[in-house]
Amino acid sequence: MTHTYSLTCQELLASISDYVDGSLSPELCQEIERHIRGCENCRVVLDTTTKTLYLYRQSAEKIALPGEVQERLMSALDLSEFFK
Amino acid sequence: MTETIFPEISIAALKAGDRAEFARLAASFSTPIYRLALKMTGDPSDAEDVLQNTFLKALQHIHGFEERSSLSTWMYRIAANEALMTLRRRKSQIPVDENPDDSDEELAPMQFTDWCCLPESEFVSAEAKKQLDQAIQHLPDSLRVVFLLRDIEGLSIKETVEALNLSETAVKTRLLRARLRLREKLSSYFGERVREVS
Ligand SMILES: [Zn+2]
Repeated sequence: MTHTYSLTCQELLASISDYVDGSLSPELCQEIERHIRGCENCRVVLDTTTKTLYLYRQSAEKIALPGEVQERLMSALDLSEFFK
Repeated sequence: MTETIFPEISIAALKAGDRAEFARLAASFSTPIYRLALKMTGDPSDAEDVLQNTFLKALQHIHGFEERSSLSTWMYRIAANEALMTLRRRKSQIPVDENPDDSDEELAPMQFTDWCCLPESEFVSAEAKKQLDQAIQHLPDSLRVVFLLRDIEGLSIKETVEALNLSETAVKTRLLRARLRLREKLSSYFGERVREVS
């Protein structure tokens, strides 16, 4: 494998958001995948970015609205009668 | 995408003042709005104020809702504004932070430890949760709100643009910067854990 990338580390970084969102063209995706096979630092940045997003999404799913907050909301909106 | 999470609410019924329909709106949107408010303000009491004000404003302004965006995007827009106003009020004495769209900012990563394969227990510990919360609270408000809408609430780029009244370029730039900063913060913590565990 040659290490003459057509994509620099800086360019990869600029495209990382679009890459993890799946909104890059197949050609650019292939370039990124080729780049990270030869560039360990970029591979780590990409994998840990993906993991970071995953951890935040996972932790947000656990947030529940406390029952008393919901009750006070309905009362502030004068809608308590619909929540019995 | 987000619209499918919420049950169909009749905008016509809301505009006609149907209170049962408004109760359904409140029931289905209160958790996501509270979650956004809590992560924006970092404070349960502020989050509750934002939640109540958001629904009071929605009730007041539903007549003027022109349906150029979806109902959920409209609700997020009100909530994001309320949260940003609360934060501005809280730190009115502190000068405004850096220009959020300055693309010259150094994005270069500093942390290159691969911490992805730590045992699962490391990611669900109380300390890990604290680190996640702290990292998000350290983001400038202008980056945090983009990250929360796009990555936590799952709005598309287009919906985030509508909710925040920003250009697509600004949303994308802020999102990239928020994600990389959070990665950097988490990498300092989890990278240390890798060195300790091994
Ligand atoms: Zn590289």
